[in-house]
Order: sequence, then C-alpha cells, then structure tokens
Amino acid sequence: MNEIFQQLVNGLALGAVYALIAIGYTMVYGVLRFINFAHGDVFMLGSFTGYYIAPQIAEWFPLPGWAGWTAVMISTMIICAIIGIVIELLAYRPLRNRPRLTVLITAIGVSLLIEYTCQHKAFFGASQKAFPKLLPAGNFTMGGLSFNTTQFVVLGVTLILLAALTFIVKKTRIGMAMRAVSHNSAAASLMGISNTFIISFTFGLGSALAGAGGILYGMTYTGIEPLMGVNVGLKAFVAAVLGGIGNLPGAALGGLVLGVVETYAGGMSGISTYRDGIAFAILIIILIFKPTGLLGSKQIEKV
Amino acid sequence: MSRIFKDPRLLLLIAIAGAVVAGLSADKMNPYYSGVVIDIGIAIILAVSLNLINGHTGQFSLGHAGFMSVGAYVSAMITLALQKSIGPAALPWAFLPALVAGGVVAALAGLLVGVPSLRLKGDYLAIVTLGFGEIIRVIFQNVEAAGAASGLSGIPRLTGLTWTFTLVAVTVYVVGCLVNSTYGRGFIAVHDDEVAASSMGLNPTRYKVTAFVIGAFFAGIAGGLFAHHKTSITPQVFDFMKSFEVVVMVILGGMGRTAGVILAAILLTLAPEFLRAVAEYRMIIYALLIIFMMIARPQGLFNFERKKKPLAH
Repeated sequence: MNEIFQQLVNGLALGAVYALIAIGYTMVYGVLRFINFAHGDVFMLGSFTGYYIAPQIAEWFPLPGWAGWTAVMISTMIICAIIGIVIELLAYRPLRNRPRLTVLITAIGVSLLIEYTCQHKAFFGASQKAFPKLLPAGNFTMGGLSFNTTQFVVLGVTLILLAALTFIVKKTRIGMAMRAVSHNSAAASLMGISNTFIISFTFGLGSALAGAGGILYGMTYTGIEPLMGVNVGLKAFVAAVLGGIGNLPGAALGGLVLGVVETYAGGMSGISTYRDGIAFAILIIILIFKPTGLLGSKQIEKV
Repeated sequence: MSRIFKDPRLLLLIAIAGAVVAGLSADKMNPYYSGVVIDIGIAIILAVSLNLINGHTGQFSLGHAGFMSVGAYVSAMITLALQKSIGPAALPWAFLPALVAGGVVAALAGLLVGVPSLRLKGDYLAIVTLGFGEIIRVIFQNVEAAGAASGLSGIPRLTGLTWTFTLVAVTVYVVGCLVNSTYGRGFIAVHDDEVAASSMGLNPTRYKVTAFVIGAFFAGIAGGLFAHHKTSITPQVFDFMKSFEVVVMVILGGMGRTAGVILAAILLTLAPEFLRAVAEYRMIIYALLIIFMMIARPQGLFNFERKKKPLAH
C-alpha cells in the first residue's frame, strides 16, 4: 500500500515536468494552431543553460543552496524565453498565413537543427553530462511517505508557476489579449491587439516554463544530453492532447496523469519494457475516441 | 515511336530488362559501388511510396520507417526460418514470396494507421503516425522472436541489383499508373480540397486508407530489400530519423512530383558518400535545408512546374 503512494509521488514529480512543457505546446497551439516541435528542444536547452550557468552563479551565491538555485531558475527561464522568441522570429514568422503543414515541417526542421547542432562537439557534445547539484540533499517523511527535497521542490515550483500563469492569463490585460488572439485572431487585431507581439509573448512565456521544466528534470534525473528533449517533448505533447489541446488546466492535468500512468507502468513487471510506447498508445486511443481530450471543448469544422 | 514510349507497360518491361542486365553485370562491379546503387534503389522505393501518402494524397505521415521495419523483420524472419529448414540452396526462390509477405504485413499495419487518419488531419496525423512508428519499434525491441534489442543478424544476402531495380520499376509503375488513372485522380482531389472532393461524390476516407495501405506495402518491400542487403537489422535502425530522411526526399523533390522525388532520393543517398568529410554536419545541413525550403521554395527544389494557384489557406 505504501509503495503505491510512493510511486504516486514519483509519478507526480515526473508529471509536473510534463505539465510545464505541455503548457507551452498548448499555448502556442492556442494562438498559432500548430504544433511547435522545437518546444521539447527548448526544454533541453533549459537543462543545458542550467548546467553551464550554475558555475557562474556559484561565484555569487553558494551552490548547492536556495539563493543560488533561485538565481539559476530565474536566469534560465529568461534565457529560454529569449530563445523561444528568437525561434519564432526567425523560423515561424516568415511563414505566417502559410498552410499549417508548411509550418509543421519547418518546426521539425528547427527541432532537428537544434538537436544536431547541440550534439556537435563544438557545442555540448553527444555524451551525457551530470547535472550540477543545486539544492542541499535531504529526505523527510510525511505520513509514512518519504520525499526528497527535489521531489518536493519540483511539485512546489510547478504549482507556483501554474498559479502565476493562470493569474497572467486570466487577470492581466496581456492575458486577456492572449485569450482574444486564441479565440479569433482577426477580430483581436481589429480591436487593436498586436498579434505579432502576443505571439512573441506566448512563445516567451511557454519557453520560460519549458526552461524551468529543464532545470527540474535535471535536478530529478541528474543526467542530461542533447536528445533528451525528443522523448520528453513528445510525451508532453501527448499530455497536452490528453488534457485537450488549447486548454491550460487540461495540459497540467494531462501531464500529471501521464507521469503517474508511466511511473506505475514502469513499476509493473510484465509491461515495464513497453513504458516508452504507453504515451503513444494513450495518444492514439484519445485521438480516436475523444479527440477533444479530457477537458477540451468541441469545435465544429467550417468550410 | 514516341507513342510506344508513352505506354507505361512497355517502359516497365524495359526497366525490368535493364535491371536484369545490371544484375548480370554486377559481379564485375566494385561491391562498394553496387552496394551504394542498391541503397539508392531502396531509397527510391521508400520515397516514391511515401510520396503517394504525403505528396499525392496530402496526408502527412512520419511513420514510414515503421512500415519499413515491419517488412524488414517479417521477410527476414521468413528467410531465416527457411534457411534452417530447407537449406540455403532454395532460398533465392523464396526471396520474392518473403518480400511480398513482408509487404502484406506492412500493408496491414498501414491499414491500422490509416483508420485513425479518417478522423485526423495535418499535424495530429503526423504525430499519430510518428507514434505508431515508435510503438512498432518498441514492440520489436521487446519481442524475443525478433531478437529484441539486438535485432536479427545473419540474414542471407539475397538483395541484388536485379531484384532491387525490378522492384523500383514496379513501384514507380504502380504508383504512377494509380495516380494517373481515373480512380487515382481521387487522391489528388483529396489532397487539393477534401470537402470539395466529397461533395463531388468521392469518398476521402477510402482514398486516404488506400494510400496508406499501398504506401505501407511498398515501404515493407523496401524494408525486406534493406534487411537482405545489410544482413543484420536492429530496431534502432528504423527510428524517427529514418522516417525523416524519407520525408526530406519527398519535400526536396516536390510533394507529388514522382520524377523530382526520385532525383532527390538519388541525391540524398549519394550525398553522404561524397561528403564523408562533413558527415558530422549532415543532419544539420538537412535541417537547414528543410527550413530554407519551407520559407523560400515550398513546392520542392526539383519542381519546375509553374504554380497554378497560390499555396495559401
């Protein structure tokens, strides 16, 4: 019994990372209606930003330590936001108003460009790197369950970021503009909302969350490599579809559900080796039986 | 004279005769060159069959390597079993049936993928086909009979120039005739405008599934040729990158342009052989090429037909 709950904690920690990335997919899908394949690679760049920036930060703040960790988180999120905005500017903006398939193929191209450039020995190299320790290690038990500091922080940070995002989207003017663009971009621009600015902002926000996810992933799994964004990114996309693409709470829920399901499946003896296939099986089942996802609303296709 | 050459059946015969002659002279060829030429043939089959799905029918599939792996594994398992039971002497006779069996099983996989495509379009379909490809790979990685993660090895080397290019000719012939037939115009109609096509009484569902089944069949054949050319296969060979390479060929050649796609398949197979010095940059170059093409020349590098209508909407 205790083990079931313990697995739940592990699953939620993995799901929290999926949730942070899934939100980026869902937000970009909301405003531009296409799958940003390169999003998983922004997550990877987040991890590597943390890896390279941690020694610099350690000169001002002691690492592992809470102040240093906060500095690493914030600077990584800012750098990733800039990366996301630049990707949109260079690769996707010239393709505005082109067929969606064209943009999708470009996104795959951007994703491969980032992966293979980073794998080159002049950049990160293809080998796995050990993520630096950012927080003092610690274990504590609560109601018979043992948490380590990292799991606690992963879940806590995810909740805080989700709350901040909800606040931005629901309560601020720019959030209202984002919702307007997502609802009807032509009408929004007639109301004086700059689509270009909102799209850039959305990319920045989504990429910052992916960067945070990259740091949290690095803290949990300690090994990072340039192709880590492929699988995690695809699974986060599955999470976004599972929750209903375009729906923010849905993406968070989908991420958590997927993380828990995967962790339980990985713990079962018969099917543990099929773990990587489970996300895709879920995707296919969802798309066939409930394409709008768990929380999505139905859209009617118009000619 | 020119009319004779316009008869596709005659062209098919000429091509097969050429393949047989090439096969007979193969022993005089440097084995390295004949190996590369077989690679080219396999790439052409893959690209032309994917072109039926992605180009002519406009359904974006990212799972071609999955179908290829099904054909490779099924045919290799058949020939390996036969090698044990009837000995290597009779194997060449079993090669074609084994290839076809691989193709048929791959076509069944195509049917399986085609059915969800009834409800999905564009990017969703791309992800689902990618997912199917990955699921197929994970299954092969876990099935003991297929050698699990270490794959199959010691597959008899049965693929020669004759088989490869006979099958290239058959693939190009079948796909070409299909698309140019009255029935086949439906593929293009579905590609251009699904709603208009169905209002003209065509059944888009049937066309999409047909495209997936036929495309998967030939991908399976290509997989069988590949397995009996390389003599060992592992699940990792058929990953997403393999699918993507074929997609690059189709995009570069121009979606729906058979001649362009064949040219792109030849070029992209030869390029790594000539560019050994910059091999580490190959994928970076592919990726840049794709981004550049989509921004500057989305109709394909080798597509010189003038645009009839804007590609918008």
